[in-house]
Amino acid sequence: MTGYLARRLGQAVLILFGITVITFVLLYLLPADPARQIAGRSATAQTVENIRTQLGLNLPLWEQYWRYLTNLLQGNLGRSYLQKTEVSALIASRLPASLLLMAGAIVCELVIGLSMGVLAAVKRGKFTDNALMVLSFIGVSAPQFVIAILLLYVFAVQLGWFPIGGYGTFQHLVLPALTLGLLGAGWYARMMRSSMLDVLRADYIRTAQSKGISGAKVLFRHAIPNAILPIVAMIGIDIGMFMSGIVVVESVFGWPGIGQLAWQAIQRIDIPIIMGVTLVSAAAIVVGNLVADLVAPLIDPRIKLR
Amino acid sequence: MRNLLLNGVALATLLAAGIPATVLPAIAQDDFLAAKQGGSMIVTYKDDVSTLDPAIGYDWQNWSMIKSLFDGLMDYEPGTSTLTKDLAENYTISDDGLTYTFTLHKGVKFSNGRELTADDVKYSLERVTNPATQSPGAGFFGSIDGFAAMADGSATSLSGVTVVDPYTVAIKLSRPDATFLHVMAINFASVVPKEAVEEFGADFGKHPVGSGAFTLADWTLGQKLVFQRNPDYWKAGIPKLDTITFEIGQEPTVALLRLQSGEVDIPGDGIPPAQFLQVKDDPVYKPMIIEGGQLQTGYITINVNTPPLDKVEVRKAINMAINKARIVQIINGRALVANQPLPPSMPGYTKDYAGIPYDVEGAKKLLADAGVPDGFTTELYVYNVDPNPRIAQAIQQDLKAIGITAEIKALAQANVIEAGGAGTAPLVWSGGMGWIADFPDPSNFYGPILGCAGAGDGGWNWAKYCNEALDKDAVAADSMIDPAKAADREKAWSDIYMKVMDDAPWVPVFNEQRFTMKSDRIGGPDAIFVDPVHVPVNYDYVFAKDVQ
Amino acid sequence: MSAIAPDLGSPMAPARPVQARSVLARLLRRPQAVFGLVVIAIIALAAIAAPLVAPYDPQQQFFEGLTLEGAPLAPDGQFWFGTDLLGRDLLSRLIFGAQTSLVIGVVANGIAVFIGALVGITAGYFRGWIGTVLMRFTDLMMSFPALLLAIVLAAIFKPSLWIVALVIAMVNWVQVARILYTETRSLSEREFIEAERSLGAGSGLILWRHILPHLTSTIIVWATLGISTTVLLEATLSFLGIGVQPPTPSWGNIIFENQTYFTTAPWLVFIPGAAILLLSLAFNLLGDALRDILDPTQRGRGE
Repeated sequence: MTGYLARRLGQAVLILFGITVITFVLLYLLPADPARQIAGRSATAQTVENIRTQLGLNLPLWEQYWRYLTNLLQGNLGRSYLQKTEVSALIASRLPASLLLMAGAIVCELVIGLSMGVLAAVKRGKFTDNALMVLSFIGVSAPQFVIAILLLYVFAVQLGWFPIGGYGTFQHLVLPALTLGLLGAGWYARMMRSSMLDVLRADYIRTAQSKGISGAKVLFRHAIPNAILPIVAMIGIDIGMFMSGIVVVESVFGWPGIGQLAWQAIQRIDIPIIMGVTLVSAAAIVVGNLVADLVAPLIDPRIKLR
Repeated sequence: MRNLLLNGVALATLLAAGIPATVLPAIAQDDFLAAKQGGSMIVTYKDDVSTLDPAIGYDWQNWSMIKSLFDGLMDYEPGTSTLTKDLAENYTISDDGLTYTFTLHKGVKFSNGRELTADDVKYSLERVTNPATQSPGAGFFGSIDGFAAMADGSATSLSGVTVVDPYTVAIKLSRPDATFLHVMAINFASVVPKEAVEEFGADFGKHPVGSGAFTLADWTLGQKLVFQRNPDYWKAGIPKLDTITFEIGQEPTVALLRLQSGEVDIPGDGIPPAQFLQVKDDPVYKPMIIEGGQLQTGYITINVNTPPLDKVEVRKAINMAINKARIVQIINGRALVANQPLPPSMPGYTKDYAGIPYDVEGAKKLLADAGVPDGFTTELYVYNVDPNPRIAQAIQQDLKAIGITAEIKALAQANVIEAGGAGTAPLVWSGGMGWIADFPDPSNFYGPILGCAGAGDGGWNWAKYCNEALDKDAVAADSMIDPAKAADREKAWSDIYMKVMDDAPWVPVFNEQRFTMKSDRIGGPDAIFVDPVHVPVNYDYVFAKDVQ
Repeated sequence: MSAIAPDLGSPMAPARPVQARSVLARLLRRPQAVFGLVVIAIIALAAIAAPLVAPYDPQQQFFEGLTLEGAPLAPDGQFWFGTDLLGRDLLSRLIFGAQTSLVIGVVANGIAVFIGALVGITAGYFRGWIGTVLMRFTDLMMSFPALLLAIVLAAIFKPSLWIVALVIAMVNWVQVARILYTETRSLSEREFIEAERSLGAGSGLILWRHILPHLTSTIIVWATLGISTTVLLEATLSFLGIGVQPPTPSWGNIIFENQTYFTTAPWLVFIPGAAILLLSLAFNLLGDALRDILDPTQRGRGE
């Protein structure tokens, strides 16, 4: 186990390193000149040139990358071109909001998805089952930005049950978390249904039923807990999905997280921020996957470590 | 909506005798002077405030914030584009027009307690022109003696700025410059204390220390900033408000809805289009809207180096093909059709100029005359944030009607700027990046965007238009510093822009009006909510009605 | 990068080669698959016959399509779905938008499956250091936040229909690669492959005759399921303003252009939104049914 862990950690580091290289090269290829952006519209050619030299933008690519990497290893993510702040400070100030949003989304996913899955499994073959499965498909196929605008319009603008975007209280969290979590809820509904069906077929359940233990007890004491484990073990994988989702969801709801930061930075080609957010997101994805991989075999012995 | 003609626009280039800052346009004098001090206000913005360092800040959000935190030698009367003295109690100009001597008010304090002196003025000017500061406004100070040496790094001090005594500073110019006093009023010329800058270094923008009406009390990155009244402000009676809270990350649609429910006072990004139509006729909200002009023009640049756009007939044809009224309709009537580069409220605007008329048949004929009767294919670059792609599509349709096929390239702002600067963009719709004057003087619309200096690689003159004769005329006009000749100077600039229209490197499309909505509980003269210089709002003169 | 792919991505047991007619028959017995097929057929027909079906030219900005103040019209007799913010007929733009969504969805996914197959099968068959390098690279790309990558790629190239498809493909190939890798690997470890190799059969032959046929099911399923993701991704990119260039209509960029009016003209957002949902749903249902049919032994899929 420790060998496996060590190997996976090593791979994780290599992956993150690879991501810095690829992202750096991609950003280098962007057809925009940060020096000119910073210098602004009234600057003289001299000012632009000065800025370019100060930022090291006229150095060869590999040297710029080397500088970036050495800074990175010391914990310095650089300074935003346009926000005039340390990237790490910007990300640190916004990360908690994104984490909160993702936590809320996970809660939504689990609550909605798992209950749908249980219900569908219990009512297997009947109308409820079909209806719920169609709903889960809809959850998976719905464009997140449309759901975001829809929820905002119906529940915030028209009904006034929730604030119209923004950040601060629990009510602010509900709609964005729902939007972000809906996609996962669809997945979890179907996985939970399968898992429940497997469990319900198992011998020990039949034994319990033949002993006369009530249906509800069997369900809640034995079936669900066993069915949930393999599902919950995979929550870490959701992080990848979330990292894409937060860009749109945070922008529509005005949620001050790193998704909003990334989107603003991309529009203004603020390269240090884009690098920083990409790295942080990728690190989160790697960690999430790693946790899922480590936890899953503990829970479900049928899954082997690779 | 109350229309408010900008007061004293014609006086903009007049170097008026000092008018005390507490004297306001008569229209609202009683309101303001009688108002009690106290209360607070909430303003929302969508984008983050990048910095409050006056040498660097150049955004929509921080421009007026910086004006409230710092002072400069000159300023403008609130709500107008009339120059007035600020930190300078008085000034004199030498006979040759090259040396300006400013005497400072005594007893002006920075928020760290220290008194502001002439040394601080010199320090601030040197800081902004020093390449290490990376100031986007360094170029404005080009007429000060010794600027060139500062810019190329061979000097660390501005030879043209001399501290005569602790309250007197003399600035010598290398050439007569009629815009110099405007430059002394611009944010980049704000006075900063050396010890604070050295203490915070690159983070001075997050910990600003100035002599302005407000101080920064708190800043939660990405969420809000809180300004607090400066109790020791050297101008008596200002500001009236105790605190201003700026909430960041608010979508304009959301901000407006919050205004309607009484949660915020001013949506700083204005009224979004859909809601505009709703509120402008609503009896409850209509009185909250204030309309004012802006020193802004939206235009299409035509690259004069790219055939067949290099023919002036083709460019004129393009001018004639654009249905500007329809474009104004698309943005819900919130602009005036433009026929020349300058906006109407700018001195030097040519009032009775008819412009190039909308004439589709005439345009087709001109194209035929130019040798491209069947039209041609070209590209139209545009910033990909609404409503600009829509406006670009309207332009595209207009051009199609005369046979020109314009492929739209809707890109991120930085990419459009890059293409425009590199000269690879044949047509660019300037929306979202439309020129707003840095200061209310006609020369500001020429140099960077129509002059030869801006036509180089990377310059903002995306039409790459370079008319050396006009450049000479511009320099001549800017050396007319005699206040008695102000009208002549305006005429000189008017002629320059008329000649520009003859060459048609642009299609001037519209001049956007500014619409600010404010809640009922805050008051102040209307003009300060659509202030042409303290864009968008002049915070110093706002008061709260609920503490009266 | 994870050793466990989520349930819907786990490798299928290699099935017997596909027989088209029986598959179709079995598909038609499932109401969900029928629904998917019908929706796709309708949208595809609309896309192909767009110039005939659409009432107006989608690019034409009507003078009477906007109120005097520049507001869009609600659905009425002349414009059945109303107009957009430039006075263009929404229905016509929707119909032509189907072309964009469908073409990009299919093409992008096709390229993604092709790249994924190339990478996955090569890595799975040859293994060794090629396999390791390819799979590590796949893991790397999987750890990239997909949307961010797409946005950055889109910013590098001058946007156009094909560039958008390419960008989407470059983000979506990883899952296919991983699955085909696992399947190829398990297939090529079987004894009869070893036997063939020892008989001197070349790699190309083995791949073509013995491995590929068993992979067709997976490839078909992914060629279908993947379209739902690419359609969504195209819509999202257009919604962010970096999809196909105006004035080409795409359901996503219709929403992008008109979203500022969603409080007063919500149909401008929700009608195209529903279209996107339906198309993505249809491919999801179809792909899911195909997977059920082509591999009934897969864990957890039980009927």
